[in-house]
Amino acid sequence: MSTAAAPASSVPAGARSGWWEAVQPAARDPILGVTEAFLADSDPKKVNVGVGAYRNDEGKPVVLECVRKAEQIIAGKQNMEYLPMGGLVKFNDLSVKLAYGDTAPVLEEKRVAAVQTLSGTGACRLFADFQKRFKPDSRIYIPVPTWANHHNIWRDARVEAHTFRYYKPSTRGLDFEGLMEDLKKAPEGSFVLLHACAHNPTGVDPTADQWKEMSQLFKSNGLFPFFDMAYQGFASGDTVRDAQAIRIFMEDGHQLACAQSFAKNMGLYGQRVGCLSVVCDNSQQAVNVKSQLQQIARPMYSNPPLHGAQIVTTVLSDPELKEQWYKEVKVMADRIIGMREALKSNLEKLGSSLPWKHITEQIGMFCYSGLTEDQVDRLTKEFHIYMTRNGRISMAGVTTGNVEYLANAIHEVTK
Amino acid sequence: MAVAVDVSRFENVSMAPPDPILGVSEAFKADTDATKLNLGVGAYRTEDLQPYVLKVVNKAEQLMLERGENKEYLPIEGLAAFNKATAELLLGADNPVIKNGQIATVQGLSGTGSLRLGAAFIARYFPGVKVLISSPTWGNHKNILSDVGVPWSEYRYFDPQTVGLDFKGMIEDIKGAPNGSVILLHGCAHNPTGIDPTPEQWEAIADELEEKGHMPFFDVAYQGFASGSLDDDASSVRKFASRGFEMFVAQSYSKNLGLYAERIGAINVILPTADLAARVKSQLKRLARPMYSNPPVHGARIVANVVGDSVLFDEWRAEMQMMAGRIKGVRQKLYEALLSKDKSGKDWSFILKQIGMFSFTGLTKSQSDNMTDKWHVYMTKDGRISLAGLNLAKCDYLADAIIDSYYNVK
Repeated sequence: MSTAAAPASSVPAGARSGWWEAVQPAARDPILGVTEAFLADSDPKKVNVGVGAYRNDEGKPVVLECVRKAEQIIAGKQNMEYLPMGGLVKFNDLSVKLAYGDTAPVLEEKRVAAVQTLSGTGACRLFADFQKRFKPDSRIYIPVPTWANHHNIWRDARVEAHTFRYYKPSTRGLDFEGLMEDLKKAPEGSFVLLHACAHNPTGVDPTADQWKEMSQLFKSNGLFPFFDMAYQGFASGDTVRDAQAIRIFMEDGHQLACAQSFAKNMGLYGQRVGCLSVVCDNSQQAVNVKSQLQQIARPMYSNPPLHGAQIVTTVLSDPELKEQWYKEVKVMADRIIGMREALKSNLEKLGSSLPWKHITEQIGMFCYSGLTEDQVDRLTKEFHIYMTRNGRISMAGVTTGNVEYLANAIHEVTK
Repeated sequence: MAVAVDVSRFENVSMAPPDPILGVSEAFKADTDATKLNLGVGAYRTEDLQPYVLKVVNKAEQLMLERGENKEYLPIEGLAAFNKATAELLLGADNPVIKNGQIATVQGLSGTGSLRLGAAFIARYFPGVKVLISSPTWGNHKNILSDVGVPWSEYRYFDPQTVGLDFKGMIEDIKGAPNGSVILLHGCAHNPTGIDPTPEQWEAIADELEEKGHMPFFDVAYQGFASGSLDDDASSVRKFASRGFEMFVAQSYSKNLGLYAERIGAINVILPTADLAARVKSQLKRLARPMYSNPPVHGARIVANVVGDSVLFDEWRAEMQMMAGRIKGVRQKLYEALLSKDKSGKDWSFILKQIGMFSFTGLTKSQSDNMTDKWHVYMTKDGRISLAGLNLAKCDYLADAIIDSYYNVK
């Protein structure tokens, strides 16, 4: 920005344009841009398997019954006061219990610093900024591939990012050897981003044994495990099972951190509800860490939004609502598993010669189809099927009504 | 059975100091004295010193509940109906800037989040450009600018002699800044002083900015809350817009709609062309995505529902007038109490001249400490009291506390 002499005041107001020359139109967000394009398409056959938001079998968004009931309970609330910077305390307590287990020793010992965040994104960003502030020379290791926004987050936090192998295209499964090889090269004190379950975008998760091996490596090499858990309950239908990676690392004594999101598992997408927790040495340190996380939050948004946190708190603290939630989350997970089976069997019925077993082996909302960018573009242009160009299919967008059409289109572009 | 735990990576993390503003409420809560008075954080209280949820907000929430709307992600830029409404509230629906699409509006996380997006944009696109903030200003302005890495300095604003505006100092410092700086201005109801420029002074400030090629960045956290009139409180922003300035404007609905907890606001950028507005908007989105992806829907829907329904909109106006009226009422009573108790001839009229939620009393830090330690009156150390936390019943007590602190503590 030049600091040359200002134009004389006889220049018409508004004629100064030196400010904005450097501002180019930003490229569409690769994920959220897909929905924008989908909405703009008027073809009646269009299918949106882009963004990861759950749809029922009619292709409609769902508000969970337990959430509706919770909203009735909190309706007419007479409290709109600012939350503390760290958010609703009761929400944080319930969140970490969900992640670590109700009776987890670290919770009983009050060793966990927990703050309410703007969903999973906000939790990751808060941690990335915290990492930069307190371990400025440390690196973050990010799996290949990962949710695109992870790179944006650590980049905007100015943390040096490296990658590690994760997905093996030839098997459409986990490249465990590559993963271990790459992480062994990470310098001590590095932070590693792990997807706790239902890896996004591949749907490929390590087995329990593989998690255990990774845990041992992290211990021996001094690596810090950062878990992004956006699908607890949503992956297998069982919240305990979906947190097993975290529980394995906890048992090995790791002091990990975890970003939780309630966007998918409670269908609270637009409410932006999440939690960042950091396991510490002792309760005083947890207090210190929490206070520093709050310092980062204050100039970003001051304090987090209330409504979504109140919903989660109401659901998780009422035994009946909590039970109902468990059931509803299982319904969502089961529908997705059913659609995986349907898509795979449809492709096999069509006589596709390509292997499709990865569709049912992968878990969670997404299927990493193996489709190339050109094939994806054809799906969009010729069949009005919208997905991200990495070939990621959001299974939540697949219904009994469109699964045949989808299978047919995939077969057409891959045969 | 846990394996021996290594020492945490974060062992060196020290305890952060309590937030100077939000920390006051925490201290107040811990105080058990019956006479305690919370004049700390700027959240409106009724005459009974209770928090107040606006009736239109409850009505809007009820409508939303009945409609059973979904909870899908908003687009990165937020709720379209909210963005339209908020720009129109700010500038007036028939403002040429809006008609010509010369404004980029992105829903933000209340005032803080909106300021943050604007500041982050400045850091990225105007590297090296300095932002000037008033002395004093809302404490979090400095945190925001520091965290995004934008250099800042202060312009004189508060004159302790008059407990009013140091207009000469302000103009001098604006003149002294490098050409093409950004000047952060409070649209109305300056926080923490309550001191606003007069219309004539605003014109002179605009002249100076134009002369120096500076860009205004307005923080509008009290539109409608200051005077009771949405239009009057936006007059400074509208004046600058009509003079053709390119500028940033951050808005908040925390106070005027009492939506503190739902974090609803907007960052607006007024530009010479619609094409520029589209480009700037796209880049604001790129800043928001790695911060929180997309903003929360609840508060945005409330605002859109209130503004979009003429009955609710009228009711909102009436409630704002009621809130602003109560604040003016306690200012009056406090002033009269000070006048009757302080026979020294000191001019306390600044209490009446200041506007909005806050009053800069002119008390020093040690005098403010006395207010808290001796009188259990909680306020920020810069001498700021929040009139929103004062009621008619406590004006006498507060006057006693102020007089004692002002005269007996050095």
